[in-house]
Amino acid sequence: MNIPPAYVLTLSGILFALGVIGVLIRRNAIVIFMSIELMLNSANLALIAFARTFAPAQEALRGHVFVFFVIAVAASEVAVGLALIVAIFRSKESIDVDEVSSLRG
Amino acid sequence: MVLLEVVQGGGFFAYAPLIIALPILGLITNIIFGRRLGERFAGIVASGAVALAFVIAILQFLALQAHPEGVTIPIAEWISVGSLSIPWAIKVDTLSTTMMLMVTGVSTLIHIYAIGYMHEDVRFQGDPGRYARFFIFFNLFVAAMMVLVSADNYLMMFVGWEGVGLCSYLLIGFWYEKGEDGIGNAVAGKKAFVTNRIGDFGFLIAMFLIFGAVGSLQFDQVFHWVHEHGLANVGVISVATLFLLLGATGKSAQLPLFVWLPDAMAGPTPVSALIHAATMVTAGIYMIARSAPLFEVAQSTANLVAWVGAVTALFAATIAVGQFDIKRVLAYSTISQLGFMMAAVGIGAYVAGMFHLVAHAFFKALLFLSAGSVIQGVEHGHHHIEHGDGEPFEPQDMRNMGGLRSRMKVTYWVYLIGALALAGLPPLAGFFSKDEILADANMENMGVYILLAAAAFLTAFYMGRQILMVFFGKARSEAAAHATENPPVMTIPLMALAALAIFGGALNLPGVHKLTDWLAHTIEHVHATEFNVLVAGLSVLFALIAIGFSWLLYGRKTMKEGDPDPLRKILGPIFVGMENKWWVDELYDFLIIRPYVAISWFLADVVDWRFWHDWFHDSVLGSAYRNGSRWLAWVFDLRVIDGIGNGLGNITSWGSQRLRVLQTGYVRNYALAVLVGGVLVLSYFIFG
Repeated sequence: MNIPPAYVLTLSGILFALGVIGVLIRRNAIVIFMSIELMLNSANLALIAFARTFAPAQEALRGHVFVFFVIAVAASEVAVGLALIVAIFRSKESIDVDEVSSLRG
Repeated sequence: MVLLEVVQGGGFFAYAPLIIALPILGLITNIIFGRRLGERFAGIVASGAVALAFVIAILQFLALQAHPEGVTIPIAEWISVGSLSIPWAIKVDTLSTTMMLMVTGVSTLIHIYAIGYMHEDVRFQGDPGRYARFFIFFNLFVAAMMVLVSADNYLMMFVGWEGVGLCSYLLIGFWYEKGEDGIGNAVAGKKAFVTNRIGDFGFLIAMFLIFGAVGSLQFDQVFHWVHEHGLANVGVISVATLFLLLGATGKSAQLPLFVWLPDAMAGPTPVSALIHAATMVTAGIYMIARSAPLFEVAQSTANLVAWVGAVTALFAATIAVGQFDIKRVLAYSTISQLGFMMAAVGIGAYVAGMFHLVAHAFFKALLFLSAGSVIQGVEHGHHHIEHGDGEPFEPQDMRNMGGLRSRMKVTYWVYLIGALALAGLPPLAGFFSKDEILADANMENMGVYILLAAAAFLTAFYMGRQILMVFFGKARSEAAAHATENPPVMTIPLMALAALAIFGGALNLPGVHKLTDWLAHTIEHVHATEFNVLVAGLSVLFALIAIGFSWLLYGRKTMKEGDPDPLRKILGPIFVGMENKWWVDELYDFLIIRPYVAISWFLADVVDWRFWHDWFHDSVLGSAYRNGSRWLAWVFDLRVIDGIGNGLGNITSWGSQRLRVLQTGYVRNYALAVLVGGVLVLSYFIFG
């Protein structure tokens, strides 16, 4: 089975755009978080697609390795981010990000 | 034999520096020991030092017999800057040795006289502590005079010139707390000093001109230059000699700077005799005689010198006729006689001038010292009769004298000899010296001759008047009636000087011309004047007529106490003019001193104080500074400097106010900004 890379990249772009829109328009911190994960994984998808398409045979695993790194970073990010959300919720009784605007000038 | 060899080898020349060193040694001794060891010691040290200097002068004279061309003895390098090189050197030649002999000889006699005179004077004036000081000044004067006459260059001569001026000032004001209003003597000293300063200014300018033209101040080099290039440089030499003449008129009390000499009589009488009659005042004549080569080239200046001398001679003689102070008569007589010498050197009769200088030194020193003797004799008389009433008494006023002939015999005789010598009666010294000047003037310049002959006539008249008023008739005051003769320490020098006044004419007898031959070794163009029987006869005749006149007026009828001067009736207003010195002091006061004081006041009060200090400093500078600071503080600092600081703050504040609205605090806004930024950066990389 050989899927052309343009398809994969298009899917990746759609996923990234969905993630961006999610971050910008949603107010629920959890959903924003999920959108960020979506963007990260769209990037992973793009990396896999490029690795398969362009890399010479002996360097084919380089893009894959990169993806694993990104997954690891995303996991740790989730750990920190969820902790932040929990802390905000504890003080604000809400996870609406528009409620958290005490840095307004 | 040994002595003869030394003389012929010129070995005595080596002692010449001692002639300056000995008086200095004397004065140093007196500074250290003078007050402690008493009057006798101080007087003997001072007189001895000068007497030894006289011996040195005689040694120079002997050495010059074998080497009449003279020598220059270098003592030390003095000033050496670039091409200017002025050594400290002593010039021993016939001219300077003539002066050395005369000055040290007369000084020795006057020093000895002063031992007795000052003994009385310091007691009369009430401060015996000043006895030693007097002799210190006297020795200093002799040392300065020796520097002047032995100088080998103009600058060294100037040092002596200033030195004698200083001593003159110190000694005129010797009793500085005495005199009119308690400052009269000090004022007289100041007047002498300031007037001399005008002459010294002339001397200085002349030196600068000579140095500028020649590049040297040494006599030999200057005169050599004049021989080589004189005729091509008559202009600069004329100007330089004019300034030298100004110097000479100051020092030798000639018109127009003679006014200080009569006032200088405020000094003790030995000072008048030594400094203001015999030696210092002749320095101007000596200087012109020394500069003879310059004046030979600058004939117009020489002519002016002759006229200045002749006019001064007559002018001062007329004033002398109307004076009553015994010393003032002699002072004006000195000015008059200096005029004779000046006229002589002006017409080129340098030998006649020097001859009269020496002869005059003898008889004028004699006259002054005798006058001092008269004054002290009268003071004795005054003390004798005074019983504490303390009435003011003027012992120098001839109207208070009379009849002293019998009370002061020695003084009378020596005074008579001096007066006759001054009047120019043969065979006294004054006859030969004055006659030589008159004979020269008769040949060279008739106008000068007439003036001088008239002055000689008046000279005989006022000396006759003085003798008759002082020594003849009846005593016109109690003091004169009780006057006493002075001790031998005073009268013996008088007799010695009287002998010199009698035989001084032998120096340059007509037909023999010893002094002419002697000075011919130093001064060029000297000429032995033939004895002119007509001139000599005329002057003797005039002198006798003048003395006859004076006898008619003052001798025939005895003057009584309080009688007016018989001449006053005859001459009327002219006598008033003579008595008041033709108002020259008042004229100078009006023409020079008052405008000068007014200008000084104007400069001090208006220009300096009101304009410069009050207006310029206080108003202009002060207020400009104050206004400037005020503007800087209130305007520049507060508005500009603070404005910059505040403005920066305000701009920042205003900008921050505008920018703070960007910080909404909404996370999604920031995320959008990040997205936009990311898109822009990517767009740049992709499309840029």
